[in-house]
Amino acid sequence: MVQSAVEPSISAAAGAECEFYLKAFRFMLLSRVLDEKFASLYRAGKIMGGVFLGRGQEALSVSIGVHLRPGDIFAPLIRDLAGRLAFNEPILDAARTYFGSALGPMRGRDGNVHRGRPQSGLLAMISHLGAMISVVNGGLFARRLRGVKGTVGVASCGEGATSTGSFHEALNQAAVEKLPLVMVVANNQFAYSTPTQRQFACNSLLDRAAGYGVAGYEVDGTDLEACLRVVGQAVAKARADQGPQLVLARLLRLCGHGEHDDAHYIGAELKASDLGQDCLKLAEKFVLQQGWVDAAQLEQWRAEAVQQVEAAVVTAQREPGPDPFSANYWSALSSQYLVEGGATER
Amino acid sequence: MSITYLEAIREAQARALADDPRVFIYGQDVGAFGGAFKATKGLAQQFPGRVLDSPISEDAMAGLAIGAALEGMRPILEMQFADFSTIAFNQIVNQAATMFWRTNVSCPLTVRLPCGGTMGSGPFHSQMLETIYSHYPGLVVLTPATVEDAYSMLLEAVAIDDPVIFCEHKLLYYHLKADALPTEALPANKARIARAGRDLTLVTYSAMVHESLAAADELRGEGWEVEVVDLRAVKPLDTDTVMASVARTGRLLCVGEAFPWGGVTAEVVSRVVCEGFDLLDAPPRRLNAKDTPIPYHPNLWSAHRPTARTIAMAARKVLQS
Repeated sequence: MVQSAVEPSISAAAGAECEFYLKAFRFMLLSRVLDEKFASLYRAGKIMGGVFLGRGQEALSVSIGVHLRPGDIFAPLIRDLAGRLAFNEPILDAARTYFGSALGPMRGRDGNVHRGRPQSGLLAMISHLGAMISVVNGGLFARRLRGVKGTVGVASCGEGATSTGSFHEALNQAAVEKLPLVMVVANNQFAYSTPTQRQFACNSLLDRAAGYGVAGYEVDGTDLEACLRVVGQAVAKARADQGPQLVLARLLRLCGHGEHDDAHYIGAELKASDLGQDCLKLAEKFVLQQGWVDAAQLEQWRAEAVQQVEAAVVTAQREPGPDPFSANYWSALSSQYLVEGGATER
Repeated sequence: MSITYLEAIREAQARALADDPRVFIYGQDVGAFGGAFKATKGLAQQFPGRVLDSPISEDAMAGLAIGAALEGMRPILEMQFADFSTIAFNQIVNQAATMFWRTNVSCPLTVRLPCGGTMGSGPFHSQMLETIYSHYPGLVVLTPATVEDAYSMLLEAVAIDDPVIFCEHKLLYYHLKADALPTEALPANKARIARAGRDLTLVTYSAMVHESLAAADELRGEGWEVEVVDLRAVKPLDTDTVMASVARTGRLLCVGEAFPWGGVTAEVVSRVVCEGFDLLDAPPRRLNAKDTPIPYHPNLWSAHRPTARTIAMAARKVLQS
């Protein structure tokens, strides 16, 4: 069921497509600037835990965010900052979570990339790869039971997660239930340090889609235009009730697994290959070549992004952390009468 | 009228489905077939589109229920055998159990676990898992021992805004009967004095309540009055009722069908010793299943789990020390 993308390319289209591309581009840029700020704060010892960058995956990730609408569901993974921002995640949510601010969506209880606002369709990921996919299925399943139509859910994962049982169970489940799930797989060549040849033995991860009766598409993850087109096509088909779709992107992670990892295991040859191209630089080149913007405009956008990021980071840094002496923090249940110790009568 | 423990579970689900459009049931063979134990018999026909067969995918089943719960639904998930829920362990303990604490969004999900041994079921269809799930913050673990509790506690489970592990005992399905369904009930966080006594507090739950009551009968013939406390829920644990009983009797035996390492019985004994050492007139004891996988042959199986006879033996040791 592998299908080729046949939509017209943005470069050949006018107006709205140009605007759409530039919108996506600006979220990529914002995401890169924010990621770089986090990396710098981590190196300065200002952020605890870890920092995980989306460097090199922004084109794919942002393509998810810009194609989703309010009311859709998105289960991002650690390299999906661009997609999160494009799906309306406030920069402050990211900054507050990294700093453990009591005012953040996780209130200091969970950190860095594990943030979300489930009530807004942005699921808060857990670290266990593949586990978020069936949760997206559940949201879509609930909507079907309630008669809500036209919403989609996107789950994101890397090629490593396609080895998990959770991935297989969830993809099969989505296919059996014919849910409007879009599964976006970033084959970034390494799961932490494990290369693809130690991860799977099939020729193409698209076989994963075909094996379950799911439509599959492959895309060059360094090419924003291609990512927008292919992810857009998959989202549109899912939204039109044509069942689950899988998008597989070829790219290279242009950083370590986290900022603690120097990624020495990524060979020079791979870095120098087409896969190792920086999607942001390619997109920059593209918009300049098209004459959609000039260098001064790009510089202004970058400056605006830096300003937004600085403002969010300063705000989050000044906010209080959680108070361990507040009883509010020590209950894992919402049903207070079932909490041991400080239990209250019903 | 007479109603079995299994019928009570089915009636509770029927009522939950009828009363609340947010409720749906998802699990293997729960649809037209009515469930491996017939706990959902007729419900798919009665509530079209709301009682659905799942693929054999416990992890994805639990994930789907979590996603639906986040959307405001009230899923009831049937794990065909409690043993199989270990496949969904990650979703239950890492995803569902942490959800409210992490995100401030509640995750109202009921996981029905057909628990415990029946003759010939062997190591993969007989386990008690209340101990494992009780270990995790963010989960409520219910262990009904009576027809009335099977009904009222399942209805309460569906109404609770948090993930509930509902441990229903397979041995009680067909053999336990009541005259009628209850019209009112104790809340799940309260233990129940199943039998009053002055000489020993026997704390237990689930099917072991019935073995313990039989042991208490046997001991009455020897002049002992044993108080049997049915915990009903093991998380939260109603320590107050246990302590009040030990204060009356001065002696404690705790009985569970789960494996002996750690667990509910260890927790009860630990709490009583730590918080009520002065109440005790004798060292407390605990009795569990043996520390082996659950055996197949009836001779082995019936000696693996505590029975009225072995409970009475353990009780005598506490009473005579």
